[in-house]
This record gives sequence, C-alpha cells and structure tokens, in this order.
Amino acid sequence: MSQSVGDDGLPLDQAVESILLRHQRDPACLVQILRELQDRLDYISPRTVQQLAAKLEIPITRVKSTLAFYSFLYDEPRGRYRILFSDNITDRMLGSMALYRHMLNRLKLEPGEVSADGLVSVALTSCTGMCDQGPALLVNNRAVTRLTPERIDEIIGLIRAQVPVSAWPAAYFKVEDNIRRADLLLNTEWVPGAALQTAIERGPHGVLAELKQSNLRGRGGAGFTTGIKWEAARKTPAEARWVVCNADEGEPGTFKDRVLLQSYAGSIFEGMIIAAYTIGAKRGFLYLRGEYTYLLPSLEATLADLRRRNLLGEDICGVEGFDFEIDVHVGAGAYVCGEETALIESLEGKPGRPRIRPPFPVSRGYRDQPTVVNNVETLCKVVEVMLRGGAWYKGQGTRQSTGTKILSVSGDVERPGLYEYPFGVRVAQVLEDAGAIEPRAVQISGASGTCLTRREFGRRIAFEDVPTAGSFMVFGKGRDLFEMAQNFAHFFAHESCGFCTPCRVGTSLVASILDKIGDGHGTEYEMNELAFLSQVIRSASQCGLGQASCNALTDTIQKFRGDYERRLRPIDFEPAFDLDAALGKARAITGRDDSGARLSTRVDIDQ
Amino acid sequence: MSDIEYSFTIDGQQVRFTPGETILQAALKAGIFIPHLCFHPEFRPHGSCKLCTVVVNGRTTAACTTRAMPGQDVYSDKPELNSHRRLLLQMLFVEGNHFCPGCEKSGNCQLQALAYDLEMLNPHFAHFFPKRPVDASHPDAVLDLNRCIMCELCVRASRDVDGKNVFALAGRGLDSHLVVDSKSGKLGDSTFAATDKAASVCPVGAILPKGKGFAVPIGERVYDKESIREKVVGLADTGAEP
Repeated sequence: MSQSVGDDGLPLDQAVESILLRHQRDPACLVQILRELQDRLDYISPRTVQQLAAKLEIPITRVKSTLAFYSFLYDEPRGRYRILFSDNITDRMLGSMALYRHMLNRLKLEPGEVSADGLVSVALTSCTGMCDQGPALLVNNRAVTRLTPERIDEIIGLIRAQVPVSAWPAAYFKVEDNIRRADLLLNTEWVPGAALQTAIERGPHGVLAELKQSNLRGRGGAGFTTGIKWEAARKTPAEARWVVCNADEGEPGTFKDRVLLQSYAGSIFEGMIIAAYTIGAKRGFLYLRGEYTYLLPSLEATLADLRRRNLLGEDICGVEGFDFEIDVHVGAGAYVCGEETALIESLEGKPGRPRIRPPFPVSRGYRDQPTVVNNVETLCKVVEVMLRGGAWYKGQGTRQSTGTKILSVSGDVERPGLYEYPFGVRVAQVLEDAGAIEPRAVQISGASGTCLTRREFGRRIAFEDVPTAGSFMVFGKGRDLFEMAQNFAHFFAHESCGFCTPCRVGTSLVASILDKIGDGHGTEYEMNELAFLSQVIRSASQCGLGQASCNALTDTIQKFRGDYERRLRPIDFEPAFDLDAALGKARAITGRDDSGARLSTRVDIDQ
Repeated sequence: MSDIEYSFTIDGQQVRFTPGETILQAALKAGIFIPHLCFHPEFRPHGSCKLCTVVVNGRTTAACTTRAMPGQDVYSDKPELNSHRRLLLQMLFVEGNHFCPGCEKSGNCQLQALAYDLEMLNPHFAHFFPKRPVDASHPDAVLDLNRCIMCELCVRASRDVDGKNVFALAGRGLDSHLVVDSKSGKLGDSTFAATDKAASVCPVGAILPKGKGFAVPIGERVYDKESIREKVVGLADTGAEP
C-alpha cells in the first residue's frame, strides 16, 4: 500500500486529518468518513479502524459494525481496481453474466478474488440503476454503462496498464437520461426560487393547506400523504427539525431518481427548501445512493448555485430567520437504507438497520428529532403544487393518485428509459409506447413489487390498483420468470440487514431452495416449503424488505407455475446433498473431468 | 378511568395492563406465556427474534414491541402461530452450529427449552454450517459464536448496564456476527469482566463462564425440571419479575 502523496496532493496523515476535520470529528459522519478514507486507502485496515475509533472517541465495535454493514466498504484489500457487475435480472437479460465470466476468465480470477499482485477484483453487486443502458458495472464506485465484449477487453487493458480510473475514456461513464415520454414534471423547466416564493407568500399553514388539497402522496412506494407528514413534523415540539431527501434509489429496475438528480436537481432541492420553510428545519440531507456517487459534483454545484441566489443559507429570500443548509450524504451499498428509519440510522453513521416504528420519523427521526423523509420525485412534485396550486393539481391523475408518475421502463422493450404519465395509465399503454416485444410479464415496482401477466395488462398504475415506486421491467416471449424470482431471492438474501430472524435466515433459505430447484433437484416438496416459508417471512419480518421479499416468488409461482414445474423432479423428495458436486474437489485435485469422473444424480432414481 | 378499561384479551382471557406496557409485559405479568428469546424484563424491548409474534386485531406483530391498548383482541397460543414459531426456531438452529448434547448450557438454554416447549422435533432445513470462531482468550469467560442467535442481549447489557460497549452486532444478513471492542478483536483484550451483566445475560451458550463445567448434572438443570413455559408462569405466580 502506497502511503505517499495521493490524487489530492496531500501526504496520507494530512489527508486523513483533513477528512476528519471536514466532518468535525463527528461520529454521526462515520459512513462519510469511512467512504472518503477508502477512496484514499483502497480499504479500511484494522489499524485504521483503531485510529478512527480513538480520534472519534467511539468504541472500536462502533466502527467495525458500520464498516462490516455496507457492501462498498472493505475491511480487507479488494484490489486497486474494484470491479462490480450490476446483477439485476435486466442486466442478465442483456448478457451481463457472459461478460462477467469473460472478464473473470481473462483475468484468471474467481468471483471476489483479488489478483495476486493486488491489482484487481471482480464481483457482483445489486442493481446499479442503469437498467436502460446496461449491462453496467461499477469500477471503484464509478458507473460504466453499455458494456460489450470489446469494452470489457478495453477495460482489462486499462487495468493491466494501471491507468487511473479518472483517465479512462469519458464515453465509458456517459449516463444518458433517456427521457421517452415527458409530462408535467419532465416537461417543466425549473425557475429557481419561483415555487419557494409562492410558498413564502402562502406561509407555512398555507403550504400545508395547499399540499393537503392537492392530495400529493409520496412517490417512494408507500404513498403516504405529504401534507399530513409535514404537518406532523411541524406540530411535534422540538429543538430542531430535519428535512431528508431519500435518493437511495435501490429498488431493482428503478432509475428515475437518477435522471431527476442528474437533470432536475434544482427542483429537488427547492422542494427540500419549501419543506424546511414549512416545518421549521434548519438543516437537511440528501441521501445519495453510493452507486450514484458520480452525481456528487453536479449536485454540489447546484447547491452552490442555490447559495449564490440566497435560496440556501441565512435569511433565505430576505425572510428573517429562515436559515437552511443542505448536505449530501453518500451511501455505501445497502438497499435497506431506502427504508426511511434505516436511512436515518445510516445518516447517524450507524449500520442501516430499520428502527421499530412507532415512533415514526416525523416525531423522532434524525438525532431523535422530528424528521421529514421524502422521495426525490415527491419533492419535485411539491414544487409543482406550489406553482400550480392544490386545486389544479388535484384534477390530474385519479382520485386517490393525483398528478403524474415517472416509470423506469427496462427489459424487453425497444425504447427503454423514462416514461411520465398521469396516474391511472394502463400497463398496456406503457408497453405499447415503449415498444414492448411480445411481452409475457411485467414486474412492477421492482423486486418487492407485483408480477403481472398478459391478462392483467389492462390494469392501471395507481395507488388504487397497481401501486409502484417506478420500476417497470418487461419480460418478453421466452423469458423465464423462475430466473427472475431466483435473481430477486439472492438480492434479498444479500440485502437483508440481519436484524430479525425471519428475514435474516428466511431469505437465505428461500434462495438456497430456489438454487436447488434451479439445479434440477427440486420436487413438489420444495414448492410446499417455499409456500410456508414465504408466508412466515411476510408476516413476521420487521420491515418492508422482509415483508416484501417473497412477493415476486409467490406471484410467479401462482402465475407462471410452469416455469417452476418444468424443473421439478417427478418424485416426492430429493436430498439437497449433491454427490456429484461433492466429487468436484477430487476432480480439481486430479485434474480429471471426463465422463468417468462424473456421476449423474438425475438417472436411475425412478427405475 | 376505572381499572377495567386498561385491559385486553389474549386467546379470550382478559389481561389487565398498566399504560405504557407492551403486550408481552402484560401477558407475562398475568401468567400467560408467550414464547420469546430476545426479550428480557430488565431491558428495553428489542423485537428481533420474532418468537413472540402474535395477531393483534387481525394484524401480525411482535408482542414485545407492541403496546397494550384497551380492548385489543390478541391471539397467541394457536396452532398456526406456534407452527410459525417452530419455523423461526428451526431457522435459528440451522443458522448457527448448535450441538446440544455437547453444550454446557444444555438444560439451561432458552433456545433448547423453547424448542422442546414448541415440540420442534428436528431442524428441518439443510444446515448452513457457518465457520464461526471460538474465542477463549479471556481468563474467566469463553465466547462461542457458533451458538450466537443475534439477540443482542449482551450488546444491550454491556452498553446499558455495564457502560462498556464490549459487544456489537456487525455484518449483514447471514453474515451478521458479534464483534468485540478491543484492538485484537479478542475478548481477553477487552474490558469485559465475569461480573458484568453481559456475562450472565446470554439466553444460549454463546457466553459461558470458564473454570466451571457441568456443576449441575444434566437432568437436574433449570428446564430439565420444568418447561420454560411453567418456569416463566411460575415466576409470575410468586409475584417475582418474570
């Protein structure tokens, strides 16, 4: 490990000090400190853990538990080039696994293994939000899109030549917006401060009245009424209140927040400022998922612009005492942090384990003070309501789902990208507009959502019918829905925070049973096991992650049972123990892999 | 308000409660057993093991973290809920490495006692057989993570009673594991002491005292004499804290 001058031109000790200083040695900034240290050191060594604990005056266990929780923080060397292939089902449909194996083979590496020279490691990660331009990977936390075999070979060349990631061709890192259908939100140009001005004219009570009249509901999936949420935070007596923008867009197949953060950041921040004005907050955070770290400079630039315009800072818009500041916190690879209480734990520098609710964040959130957590898209909608009025807004969409909704469309369509519609749009309409190719199924709202068959394409996107956080993955003719369920099962097992028994153990049991079926050893017995397991995981899990982890499983078993049944053995039970696989070690040692060195466990049983 | 208004029913039986109590607290006080592992009367409810999952007014929830409210209709000792609890126990058994016959805690172990009480006859699933280290570095105690069930009672005891923060839960999902507050990560290099609350709070055999083995023979231990259900309810009958 080089301890010399780094990219920032500072000697190491000084660089560490400057990172600590920037975060005022505040343990609540632990995730940020670890992330920035790792950028500098490639990994967090036991010695760094000790030093950090001493300098922040916290127990070593506090540093260790946070370090071990986040996928993108490493407590051992993972190479100077850390490659992570996005492993959503949509990446797989675009051929990501062949590219992944190609890279591993050319580098002569096993998954997750670090090359002997400490140069590179290659592994998988959860969906990186590039489904409309995949397959995608992350290299040292920077997104590379539109992978091809040629691009993989070029990347291997760059790594071998030890070219710094910052000097790689800019085209690799190009992330397109792919806006295919723009409506209210995507068609409106942001006029800095215009919505805030109307909010100030209305006063906090006027803003709440307008929001309630609009019946604006949260776009993150749960659909809670924004006006009620803000009012609750405002009413709770407290020394301080907080505004948080949830930009931890981790639901597989969702990428609409990425586009909003890239091209509509001003509206998002203005929504936060209006929230601050309404509830009386002095500070706010935008929690950006680690996969979107590349957006950090442009977000910081937008914040600087807002400060110049006096839309942030002190006495905003000349209103005496209206002070508000926004910090961007960057996550480090944990889907569960999209759950608002886990997100708050993460903001406080801890592992992102969901809290027990109640109390809800509006009464006890960040630092146990009232906190409003809103989705990126919701905050843009607040700007719309301010500009156009609650009465007008209420006329858009459906009765229970007012306004428009942005869908992230990916999978087997000719034009993947963003589609904004008034709520109430039929699934079939979206499929037609996106150029779906003989659609067999649509998975709506990601891995935790709903799987619709062709017969259900007449259903509507709305809280009254099919609610969604925005993910819309299309599966064409010939696609295997078992593979989707298996992919999602591994996703949940990987992302379970580990707090409660049913989710911690249950998601891994489900994944291993699906692997057994996938390997051709499953029987009707396993189908019954899955039914009982999913019932208990759903009802007993602590938070939405566990409760929703078997949705795709139960939907596909119910609606695409054939995809399972054609893999099942026609006997009552077959053991999980695989005699042939157990011989694998012997084959590896002897270097022998002819037919005589293999057993088939699938013959002779029925005879 | 009259007393009668502060009551709810569990499986049809009326239970009185003091405002602020959880369903589990009120139930135990009334001598009604709801299976639990991560709950301990001296600590704030935690809600991670989910053994105490009950149905309250039609909604499934953990009894240890749900406040008792007047008029609640709670179902607990039902075949369906007990089958869910058996599944959760099986999950805990296959997640770690639990070899009861060779464990010093056998007979005093709440996990084992609950498995007997709920008639869990086998672990049912393929074991994960995780590789977990045994830490014998401390002179007075041994830390065997093979038996840890992630209830965080030692974490809470060390933090809230001992004021030490010796333990924390780290990792995620099945990789969740206990870590120790010392430079080496070893218990022997931490400030842990045999007199700590954290040394005696473990419901299973993950933290055990050294220098004392099988002082009470198997067959004469706490749950050998009576089931965990009888034990807890018996404590309530004598007016002691459950």
